[in-house]
Amino acid sequence: MAKQPAILVFSTEKISDPAIDMAGLMKMHYPPSVYVMTVPCSSAIKPRWIMHAFRKGFRGVFIAADGTDCPYSDRCTELTGNIVARTQEMMKQKGMDPARLRMAAICSVCSEPFVRHMKTFTEKLSEGEV
Amino acid sequence: MRNRIAVYICHCGSNIADHVDVEAVRDAIAGEEGVVLAKTTMFACSDSAQSEMIEDIRENDIDGMVVASCSPKLHLFTFRSVAERAGLNPYNYVQANIREQVSWAHSDKPEQATEKALQIVRMAVAKARLSAPLTPPSITSENVILVVGAGVAGMRAAIELADMGSKVYLIEKDHYVGGRAGQWGNLHVPGVKGEGLVKDLYEEVAGREGITLFTGTEVISSSGSVGSFELTLRRSPRYFNPKGIDTSGSEFTGKVRKAVEACPEELDDDYDFGLTARKAFRHSHPGQFPDLPSVDMQACTRCGKCAEILEGVDLEQEEQRVTVKAGAVILCTGFSPYQPQEGEFGYGEIENVISLQEFRRMMALSGSGGRLLFRGRPVNTISYIYCVGSRQLEGDNKYCSRYCCSAAIHTANLVREKFPGVRNFHFHRGIRSYGKLEELYEISCSEGDIYFQSRDDELPEVIKEDGETIVKIADILTSGRDIEVGADLVVLVTGMVPRDNSRLVDVLKVPVGRDRFFNEVHPKLKPVEVVIDGIYIAGACQSPRNINESMNSALSAAVKSNSLVSSGEIELEPTMAAVDRSLCGWCGECARACPFDAIVREQYEGKEVAAVNEANCKGCGMCLPVCPVNAIQLTGSSDAEIESMIEALIDLK
Repeated sequence: MAKQPAILVFSTEKISDPAIDMAGLMKMHYPPSVYVMTVPCSSAIKPRWIMHAFRKGFRGVFIAADGTDCPYSDRCTELTGNIVARTQEMMKQKGMDPARLRMAAICSVCSEPFVRHMKTFTEKLSEGEV
Repeated sequence: MRNRIAVYICHCGSNIADHVDVEAVRDAIAGEEGVVLAKTTMFACSDSAQSEMIEDIRENDIDGMVVASCSPKLHLFTFRSVAERAGLNPYNYVQANIREQVSWAHSDKPEQATEKALQIVRMAVAKARLSAPLTPPSITSENVILVVGAGVAGMRAAIELADMGSKVYLIEKDHYVGGRAGQWGNLHVPGVKGEGLVKDLYEEVAGREGITLFTGTEVISSSGSVGSFELTLRRSPRYFNPKGIDTSGSEFTGKVRKAVEACPEELDDDYDFGLTARKAFRHSHPGQFPDLPSVDMQACTRCGKCAEILEGVDLEQEEQRVTVKAGAVILCTGFSPYQPQEGEFGYGEIENVISLQEFRRMMALSGSGGRLLFRGRPVNTISYIYCVGSRQLEGDNKYCSRYCCSAAIHTANLVREKFPGVRNFHFHRGIRSYGKLEELYEISCSEGDIYFQSRDDELPEVIKEDGETIVKIADILTSGRDIEVGADLVVLVTGMVPRDNSRLVDVLKVPVGRDRFFNEVHPKLKPVEVVIDGIYIAGACQSPRNINESMNSALSAAVKSNSLVSSGEIELEPTMAAVDRSLCGWCGECARACPFDAIVREQYEGKEVAAVNEANCKGCGMCLPVCPVNAIQLTGSSDAEIESMIEALIDLK
């Protein structure tokens, strides 16, 4: 089987990490080419980290956003959205498809949505659609 | 840079080793730059493995450590403590999650799981190499706990906390404490009634100076965090002020009774599940405290008849807001009985089909002796249908409500004792009378109760035929024979659902599971903690459970919360933002992004720069990406750390 496209997931310690851990606990399989890196909050992700990941060979970057569940701020959705918008602008300037960066709110029990996102994102990236 | 790192790869029995070749990971990581020691271990968290690690660290002059095992949610602190005991700074320890995020998630692809495990361990080594030794700051904490919900669990927790020296605010949404336990009459402990249990607990609560009880009170907003939550409480009026009135004598009780009689507004009494009526002006039931009247303003028309009879009635009383500071919060908000759907096993359509809770209340209200009557008709046979609202194949309640098998059997035993001659027929899907509760099942069987069992996908049916209510079942205990039993009363053994806690979930950000009950961090390791620091859960708000189990968890939550706040100091994570003043030219973006007012403006070498107020900084990192000159770094998530971790993940040798 051809190697699947590597996806870096920025996940948050308090909100999406528990959901991703629970996906494992429930043996809900997703592609092993998905790698999770923990950050305190999805609004803390620097665009340069995302660009670094692309430069080093990740096909996709997924931000598991805190959304309205953010324990720190009720502006998290807006702030994380800004990060995605700015990074996608940088991607366009480099001639990259901005769809290689995705964001979705993953709550602390959103194991099923997480797995679904990983499967569809992997498919899209494998099909060369993005 | 750490360059004497020890790496341990855990088998976790077979949890990791069944799907990840741990020896191969060990061999591969042993050659990694900076790694001087790499070992596998059967259970990294075991005492013997911990002792070995301490010895290794001391003997090999280790300056950084990685354990590749389960989620850091479980054992980060275990291994930080190992590092500390060995003389290594605990923040030079990094945990690699190769169980939840590798062996379990990819148990279908062992080869790729092994490869991914190695990459995750390399990422952890990269982080350990750049890790800085840190000293965690500590914050002062109030030795005050807010307990939300004054049912049996909340009261039990409050009493223990007060005895351990914590100041307690015990709040209850209703105007009466006691929750649901008081509704059930005889409990399975011989001679103990729910109302007696509530009374004992209430008297203990009332007798403790350290407990402040607010009834009619809800949390409506919260700020701050562990150690110093600031909680705004809304106290809805009781419309009765007992100040200066002797409420203990029979004269008072008599006047309250007259005032209740005078009240013209009548409605179903929800405490009795509508079996009786109550007035808008009402008095407490036995099993509800304090023993004072209150007015249900939703039903009251302010006619004033009650006030003419009873001194102290004040229909002009207004809602109050109170702000309290607390170091921790325990949630004991309890459950609601599952409400059967219209037509579910005939409920709401056939008049003699009722829920277990309704039947329990009916039993509790019925006098002793004579015959068991339902709507004036004698009851000689009762059919109990189990698992109603639990273990649903379709529908949201996949869980077993657990307490209800024993509760139904206990109820059947009570009926037989109180009304000899009544026959009990049980229609179940496998009896789960666990532990000592099995005794109830033995009594029931030996006294002649009849049990039928159905398959999960072929449930019994309740029909009405020629004026008679009949329960039909394909009974697997008699090889699937179709059996019909006529019933004077059908009791649906309804399970538990959580109370509507949407406001609390909103205010305190408490995680809720798929079953809609509050979610603990870990059922075994952190059974009463939630992911929000300083918030604990106990009782049936966490999962269906009986009174004993609620009491146990209430005691656990009391001890855990007290041990957190009682020393007056809580150690925090030293994750904080830091500004590189040479790069900063103060634009204020970081200050605008910070939710905690942790960024201040100060002078540095003739220019204005941003600085971090460490007491306020929570380490969320929201200031990082908004800085136009990249002048801010976060402990543990610096550019160097994140970028080297990305490289470690992707650059496979």
